[in-house]
Amino acid sequence: MPKKRTAGERSIDPASQQILIRADELGLDTAFSRADAMAACPIGMGRSGLCCKNCFMGPCRLTKEGQVGVCGATASTIAARNMARAIAGGAAAHSDHGRDIAFTLLAAAEGEAQGYQIRDTVKLQAVARHYNIPAQGKTTAALAKEVALKAIAEFGQQTGQLAFVQRAPNKRQQAWKRYGIVPRGIDREVVDVLHRTHMGDDQHPEHILKGALRCALADGWGGSMIATDLSDVLFGTPAPKVGQVNLGVLAGDEVNIVLHGHEPTLSEMIVAAASEPELIAYAQSKGAKGINLAGICCTSNEILLRQGVPSAGNFLNQELALITGAVEVMVVDVQCIMQALPNLAGKFHTKFITTSPKVMIEGSLHIEFDERRALDIAREIVRVAIDNYPNRGPVVIPDDVEDIVPGFSHEYINYMLGGSYRASFRPLNDAIMAGRIRGVVADVGCNNPRVTQDKSHTWLVREFLKRDVLVVQTGCGALASGKMGMVTGEAALEYAGPGLREVCEATGMPPVLHMGSCVDNTRILTVLAQMAQEGGLGDDISDIPAVGLAPEWMSEKALAIGAYCAASGACVIFGLASPVEYSGEVTRLMEEVWEKELGGKLLFASDDETILQRSLEHIDRKRAALNLPVYDPSRFGRSGDARMRALRALPLEARAEALYGGVK
Amino acid sequence: MSRYIATRAIRGANSIVNEFDSLLARALAERGPDLPLAFPNTAYSLPLILAITGQTVDKLGDLQPVLDTARQLLRPAPPDRRWTPYLGETLDAGMATLLAEEAIEAVRFAYDQQPEALPGFRLAGGTAFTNPEFQTNGDGHLNGPIDDIQLRTWGIQLVDGRMPGFAAIVGCAKSNEVAVKIVRELQRRNILTFLSGNVNGRSIIHQLMEAGVELGYDTYTVPFGTDTISAIYALGFAARSALTFGGMKGGQARDILLYNKNRVFAFVLALGEVDDLKYATAAGAINFGFPVIADTVIPEILPSGVTPYEHVVSMPFNLIEGADDLQRAERLVQKCIEVRGVKVKLAEVPVPVPYGSAFEGEVVRKADMRIEFGGKHSKCFEFLRMASFEAVEDGQVTVVGPSFADQPAAAAMDLGVVVEVAGRKMQKDFEPVLERQIHHFVNGASGVQHIGQRDITWIRLSQAAAGKGFDLKHFGAILHARFHADFGAIVDKVQVTIYTETAAFEAWLAQARAAYAERNVRLGNMTDESVEEFYSCTLCQSFAPNHVCIVTPERLGLCGAYNWLDCKASFQINPTGPNQPIKKSITLDPQKGYWAGTNEFLENASHQQVNEVAVYSIMENPMTACGCFECIAMVIPEANGVMIVSREDTSMTPAGMTFSTLAGVAGGGLQTPGIMGHGKFYLLSPKFISADGGFKRVVWMSSILKSQMAEQLQKVAEREGDPHLIEKICDERSATDAEGLVAFVTAKGHPALGMPPLL
Repeated sequence: MPKKRTAGERSIDPASQQILIRADELGLDTAFSRADAMAACPIGMGRSGLCCKNCFMGPCRLTKEGQVGVCGATASTIAARNMARAIAGGAAAHSDHGRDIAFTLLAAAEGEAQGYQIRDTVKLQAVARHYNIPAQGKTTAALAKEVALKAIAEFGQQTGQLAFVQRAPNKRQQAWKRYGIVPRGIDREVVDVLHRTHMGDDQHPEHILKGALRCALADGWGGSMIATDLSDVLFGTPAPKVGQVNLGVLAGDEVNIVLHGHEPTLSEMIVAAASEPELIAYAQSKGAKGINLAGICCTSNEILLRQGVPSAGNFLNQELALITGAVEVMVVDVQCIMQALPNLAGKFHTKFITTSPKVMIEGSLHIEFDERRALDIAREIVRVAIDNYPNRGPVVIPDDVEDIVPGFSHEYINYMLGGSYRASFRPLNDAIMAGRIRGVVADVGCNNPRVTQDKSHTWLVREFLKRDVLVVQTGCGALASGKMGMVTGEAALEYAGPGLREVCEATGMPPVLHMGSCVDNTRILTVLAQMAQEGGLGDDISDIPAVGLAPEWMSEKALAIGAYCAASGACVIFGLASPVEYSGEVTRLMEEVWEKELGGKLLFASDDETILQRSLEHIDRKRAALNLPVYDPSRFGRSGDARMRALRALPLEARAEALYGGVK
Repeated sequence: MSRYIATRAIRGANSIVNEFDSLLARALAERGPDLPLAFPNTAYSLPLILAITGQTVDKLGDLQPVLDTARQLLRPAPPDRRWTPYLGETLDAGMATLLAEEAIEAVRFAYDQQPEALPGFRLAGGTAFTNPEFQTNGDGHLNGPIDDIQLRTWGIQLVDGRMPGFAAIVGCAKSNEVAVKIVRELQRRNILTFLSGNVNGRSIIHQLMEAGVELGYDTYTVPFGTDTISAIYALGFAARSALTFGGMKGGQARDILLYNKNRVFAFVLALGEVDDLKYATAAGAINFGFPVIADTVIPEILPSGVTPYEHVVSMPFNLIEGADDLQRAERLVQKCIEVRGVKVKLAEVPVPVPYGSAFEGEVVRKADMRIEFGGKHSKCFEFLRMASFEAVEDGQVTVVGPSFADQPAAAAMDLGVVVEVAGRKMQKDFEPVLERQIHHFVNGASGVQHIGQRDITWIRLSQAAAGKGFDLKHFGAILHARFHADFGAIVDKVQVTIYTETAAFEAWLAQARAAYAERNVRLGNMTDESVEEFYSCTLCQSFAPNHVCIVTPERLGLCGAYNWLDCKASFQINPTGPNQPIKKSITLDPQKGYWAGTNEFLENASHQQVNEVAVYSIMENPMTACGCFECIAMVIPEANGVMIVSREDTSMTPAGMTFSTLAGVAGGGLQTPGIMGHGKFYLLSPKFISADGGFKRVVWMSSILKSQMAEQLQKVAEREGDPHLIEKICDERSATDAEGLVAFVTAKGHPALGMPPLL
């Protein structure tokens, strides 16, 4: 019987710990307890072996040196095929999210999407430029329609290359061409991987992985990028705002609606509906003070960044939110929704509502989303929640809530570093070149109940900040840092090394930049491409002293992201364990061959200290290759407001003399 | 920004934009929307507003959209906790501040409140405010904005590095002596200095005035106003340098700002306590890539990016290491230069007075004069010749004859300066090139005024300079140091002899005159046909990236500063520099002045912007211009001729435009048939627009040219076979429109009327 972990071993988040204890008291299962009860299958991770179930001659389990499957497939072929299929699954999910957004944009442009409008025309024009669609003389609706149709066509495109490939640095595009992994279309690359990994097709590990990389690029520079860009067009490009995060955002005296999943489409309408006076009055008529929205997972990130809707937390908070007993309705769309939720909701008064045509879960109330009547559906859902408020039983809401300053789209970062007239990445590149910022780490990805929730994310982030590494985050990793108060301007004064602090004080930015949901990792690609183009840090993404991390990953989407980042030239390190470790050949392909051919790599390290050291080594190696000065924090830290605070603290008479140097 | 600076700058921006708002409302109510608005003598309207917004402001009502733009740029100041980033917002607030400040000054001009009155103040030397309305004598008011004429005059110095950059000083120094020292240190480095602002009502302008420091164009130290708002003139100057020399158009805000970041070496020096408006204005300056250095405790912003190096540096004055305040002031200036990355070439000249180009324009008045050489009451000449290595002892300065010690105050005496140089690369042709440098070199000493050249040299020495021990031998010390510093590539040894003893003086004068005559003949015989190669001048490409001057023996550079021999010498000094030989190669058209070599060179050097140039024509592929030209020639079709406007002429011309406006069309490296910038002395050349009929085409000419070059022009008239030609040429005293011009030349029977049609 596996060991049952304490609340402190399950999560470092005090709010999570409090609710986990309550779950135990109420005898409720959670992913944490299920992970304790069910040890992960060793066949498929680590050195124990591999499993192939791509045909029914098996399933074949390879656990001995030199063993092959019934068809003769080697461990390396099986490892590569499994990896490729996982990447295709992740790419399919994220890209399909992009497709849905594109269809919503099309409906909005045609005036058939109730409640939607084109909020960011500047971004629309920028996307049109990427698609070589002339904007001049066109109405916003006409241009939006053309952009939407072009985006939709990218999914079904069969030959040539995806339009956004051109947004990568030239050298990067050349590397893709050379290695033969330029994505032709989005759907085609997913199908290609599923085909070539079918029984009896591609049985050459490097070749299988090439297909997987091309599929991942179709996601990163295709489907996901479409999702990010068109969401910005529809709902506005994020800019920093102050928000709150953690379970404490649930209200004791208001109708709580928790929005969980990944897409902004329906949730934006629920945000709109929840602020309608009639519905607020209706809520009050039921004894509630108002309507309180809270997000979970990446739907949360979407509406936190754009609308400032507070976040109840990341992936592993989804069950915990329900266990507070304070949730009238949990609405979900797609991805990362645990099947345990409807059953858990049933233990309370909570209504669990599925909305995606793709997602039904046994035991859920299904109110299918239809953009033509999106606002009406949103109102209906809000009413269900209000009607449910009087049924609320005992409630335990943790006090824990932290302020968070998210919203760092690459557009805003540009503006942040130079204002309306001088926007550029120059100050960021300069800071890295000077060594004030040692390098950049993108800490992204999921929570995983097999390890302590948020522990790896937040420990690594703290260690990097201390060493003047700028951290950018998306998805559940970003919310983890948010819960620990590391995503505010003040956090720079507390956590950042001297050089990074100077840059944060100069700009006002937090030392951790929250850039969006997990589909928004494409923003990181854009930032890296712009940094390469700005000059001084080489001329390709692979030259930049940067590392991508997913220390608590669990989903196929994470592997797709890791693969497109590696193919884009980044060094990517995943935590937990390696799903391909049993094949030394595949491990070597992903670490060494990819690095040689593409400058990037994807590797796995099971402990945080190793992740930290390997990241810093990579950053310092890249710095050295660029002939940048060796990182030396003692050279920095003089600028900032501290001396001013000392001066202002003096009595008025003393201040006059101190002005010329009484204060050191 | 730091959050402290962001807070104060955004606060300052909000309040100045509100001030602009209420001033505009009041002025609209009092004077109406059609009240004309303008800065004097500029073709760039309100230059900063034009540069940033692309909008031309001519009248009060035009300021409304400027106010709207400024408002849109304002954001709330960051709160004490849970702030969102503020750098971009602060830079925007800074830009709003600049828009508001320029608008406020424009309204103040309309209300006669600018340039600011300051009783008892007198602008230095020959400079007066060039607006005709203010053409008093420079008394009783500060300078206000720099006009286009002065900008262009300084242009060549800014591009060739003689003037490494500019300092915008805002506030009040710790003491008067510190103020003087700071300004002297900047002058010594030839850094243009703009003064504005105050601390508790006291300005560095007051301090310098009390200390008797001369302020004005001539001393490179220009007082704008005693409030912070007047600092906008420095940024208007910066904006215009991009418009004038960079070929940029109003509204290309980002390009204009980057041009300044990359090419204009300027910084802000904030003296004394920094208030909200100063922070806001500084935030505006940072948009230009100009860093801010303060002599008080303020937050530092050391990361770079918007500026090339640190953004904000604080050097609390008392903490600067130094034996005394003067040394601290010197170090402060050094730090400013370091932070902006200004390249300063500084020749140490061993004389007992301050030395630098900033003193070149200094005037020594009769009342302040110790002694003069030349002028009405005595003779003075200077003569440079090359000699063999053996004949020259480097660094030797000999005075033959008595010093001026026994002369009464303000007396006159004869003086001869003979410079002998030796060098492996020295050529006889370089003698006049080097000799002409004596003027600049000697003038650089504070308290010495040098006018003229050859045997019409006129030098005055002030009481102050003599009091500090400046003696005749110091002329030699200056020349020795500067020839080595500036012409070290061709000059290895320099020896100077000063003659005051009558017999020796007369003997050398005769010898010098013989040499001058011989040089005249040689220069006069030098024609475009007599040489194999011309020279390029791309010196101005640091400012006007696509412009190329082609300098021939018969056509000097348009700035007037470089003739063919100068370029040849410059090529010797710096073989990879801006003056490169251009082999003429095949002559394509000797009349219009096309050569295969010049075309080929031009295409490359102009970065494929210009493919062909007709060196002798204004009508067909005329030579481009940067913006430093002394004159503009423009075709007046009605009179079948061309008019020549001098840079110094502020009046209207028959083209319907003033020099400043014309300059906008002629500059920026663009080829515009019918209009051309050129050097003054090109008028005298037989090759002056010879393809289009030559000098006889000149139907109108600024009177200042007529008087400055009366004698030479008369010779040209005779050469052209019409001794009365000059009086047939109209000027601004007779006509400033085309009808008047046609009437004038018709009445005078100007030959152009009978020439083939130009168009």
